[in-house]
Amino acid sequence: MSFNDWFNDRLPVAQVVKDHLTEYYAPKNFNFWYFFGSLAMVVLVLQIVTGILLAMNYKPDADLAFASVEYIMRDVWGGWFVRYMHSTGSSFFFIVIYLHMFRGLMYGSYKNPRELIWIFGMIIYIAMMATAFFGYLLPWGQMSYWGAQVIVNLFETLPIIGGTLSEWIRGDYVISDITLNRFYAFHYLIPFILVALVYLHILALHQVGSNNPDGIEIKKGPKGNRWSKDAPADGVPFHPYFTVKDVMGLVVFLGLFFAVVFFVPELGGYFIEQPNFEPANPLKTPEHIAPVWYFTPYYAILRAVPSFAGTQVWGVLAMGAAIVVFFFLPWLDRSPVKSVRYKGPLTRMFLIIFAITFLVLGWLGTLAPTLEYTAMAQFLTVVYFLFFLLMPCYSGTGDNLGFSGFLLFVVSLLLVLSGLYIWWVQTPNLAMSMKWIYSIASVVLLFWFGFKPGWIKADPVKPVPERVTG
Amino acid sequence: MTDDHVDYKRRRMLTIATSGLGVVGGAALLVPFAGSMVPSEKAKAAGAPVKVDISKLETGQQLTVEWRGKPVWIIRRSQEALDFLPSMVDLLVDPASEKQQQPGYAQNEYRSIKQEILVLVGICTHLGCSPKYRSELVASTDGAFFCACHGSRFDLAGRVYSNVPAPTNLVVPPHMYLSDSEILIGSDEGAA
Repeated sequence: MSFNDWFNDRLPVAQVVKDHLTEYYAPKNFNFWYFFGSLAMVVLVLQIVTGILLAMNYKPDADLAFASVEYIMRDVWGGWFVRYMHSTGSSFFFIVIYLHMFRGLMYGSYKNPRELIWIFGMIIYIAMMATAFFGYLLPWGQMSYWGAQVIVNLFETLPIIGGTLSEWIRGDYVISDITLNRFYAFHYLIPFILVALVYLHILALHQVGSNNPDGIEIKKGPKGNRWSKDAPADGVPFHPYFTVKDVMGLVVFLGLFFAVVFFVPELGGYFIEQPNFEPANPLKTPEHIAPVWYFTPYYAILRAVPSFAGTQVWGVLAMGAAIVVFFFLPWLDRSPVKSVRYKGPLTRMFLIIFAITFLVLGWLGTLAPTLEYTAMAQFLTVVYFLFFLLMPCYSGTGDNLGFSGFLLFVVSLLLVLSGLYIWWVQTPNLAMSMKWIYSIASVVLLFWFGFKPGWIKADPVKPVPERVTG
Repeated sequence: MTDDHVDYKRRRMLTIATSGLGVVGGAALLVPFAGSMVPSEKAKAAGAPVKVDISKLETGQQLTVEWRGKPVWIIRRSQEALDFLPSMVDLLVDPASEKQQQPGYAQNEYRSIKQEILVLVGICTHLGCSPKYRSELVASTDGAFFCACHGSRFDLAGRVYSNVPAPTNLVVPPHMYLSDSEILIGSDEGAA
C-alpha cells in the first residue's frame, strides 16, 4: 500500500481535488468577467496575511493606536509595504467584488438554480462591508473617528431601540477607547467568517455548476468530452484550463495592484483619506466627511432622503433597502433567459442605466452636498429602486403579474410621487430646468419600464442556442 | 438487562426536554455575552456629571467642556443677542422647541434656565459633526452656529433653520445651577 493510498483512505484529499479542480467541468466559454471570483479569493488571502502581520505591531488603544500605525510605517522593516498592501487591498477587494457582482447581473448568474450562490454572495458582501467599516476606525485618525461617529449614529435614528443599540455597539456614549478595542476584535474575527462563507459560496456553486456568458446549463446539454464520456460536452476541467487562465488574470491584476501600492497608495484621497493623517479629535470635526469610495453609492442614497416627521430614519431605511433589495433579485427577474446576450432591449437598457446610476451615486457620495447634487442623488435613488421594483414588469414575457406585480408597481409609483413632491414642494430653490428634467425622466422610466398594456409587446428575447458559443 | 421493549413516547419526551433545556441554557448564556458589550462602569463614570465654574465667562464668550466625550458649550449671551431671537421665528423648523430636544425647564423662548446662559451639546443633530460658534453673527440671520460638514445652521438658542440637513434643534443637556456661578452638567436631580 502506497503512502498516498494510506493517506487518502483516512483523509480524502485526492477526491476533493478531483471533485473541485481536475474533474470539475466548467463551461469552456468563460470570458474576461470570470477572472474576478478567483481574484477575490486571492485578495481575501492577501488581506488576512497582511492583516495578521499588521496586528503584530498595532495597538488597539486610543492613546497608542495612531502612533503605532506611524511606527509600522517608519520603524518596522517593510511595515509601510505591508500596510499599503492592506489598505490598497481593501479598495481592490471592493473593485473586484463589484465587477464580480456586475458579471452576475449581466449573465443572470443569480437565477434558478443559483439563488443560494447569489444569497451567500450577498452575505459575503455585507460581511466585507462590516470588516471594512470596523477596520477603518483602527488608524484612529480624524476620518476614522468621525466616519465611525456618523455611521454608528445611523443606528441611533431607529425608533425606540436606537439609543440603546448605538450605545451597545460603541460600549460607550461616544466613540472611545472601548469602541476602538472592540472594533479591532470584530475586524480580526469577521475575515475568518468570510472564509467560511466563501467555502459555502463555492460548495453551492459546484453543486449546480457554473453559469457562463451564454447562460446555458451545460449539465443539461450533450455529454461526453475528451476527458470523460459522462461530463458535459461544453465543459473543460477547471484545472489546468481555468487555473492557468486565472493565473494570467492574476498577473495583470497584481501589476495594477502594486502600481498603486508603490506609486499612489493614497490614490488622491480615495483609498486613504487626507484627514486621516491627523489623530482623532472628539472636539473638532473635519470640514467634509465622506466614507471611503466603496460605501459612497449608499451614502449618497442616505443623504438624498430628507428628514421627515422630525426623524432621519427614512434615509437610513432607504440605505438599508438599497442593499437588501439585491437579495430578491433571483425572484424579481422573470426573464425566460439568463444572459444579457439573449435578453430583450428593455432589460439590457435598464441594466446599463443601473450601472451608470450606481457609479454616479458613488461619485456624488464623495462630494459635499449642494442643492443641485442632492437633487441629482434623489433622482438617481429613484432610478436605483425602479431598476429592482419594476424588474418583474420589464423582464417578464408580458403575462399577468398578479398581485405581487401590482404591489411592486404601486410602490414604484409612490417612489416617483415622493420624488416629485421633494423637487416641486420641498426644494423651492431648485432650478426649474432640473425640476422638469427629473420629473419627466422619472415618469417616463416608470411607465416605459413598468407598464405593459396588452398592445405593447413583451420584452422580446432572442433564441438561446443549444450549445455555448465562442 | 434486556431491551426488547422501547418506550418511544418516553424517549421522545426526554429528548425534547433535554434539548429544550439545552437551548434555554444556551440562550441564557447570551445575557452575559451581550451584556459585556454595554457601557462598562468605567464608561458610565466618564459619563458622570461635570461641574463648571462660569464666574469668569464674559458676555459673548464660549466655554467648551467635555461631558460623556462630547463637547458641551456654555455661552453667555448679550442682551442684544437675546432681543434678536424672536425675529428668527420664520426661518426655523421648531421655534417653540416642541420637539423634546431639551429638558422641560429649558423649553422656553431662550432654551435655557437663565436667559443669558446657553448650555448646548455641541453636536449637530444631522450626523454628529461639531458646528462652529460664530460670535460675530449672534445678531444676524446667517446663523450663530454653522456645521461645515453638511451646511446646517442654528440660531443662538440652538434652533435649527429650515431647509438644512439637520432635522431638529441642538440638544440642551440636563443641567442645574449649584450656585450663581456653578453649573452641574449631566444631572438635574429634582428639577424638572
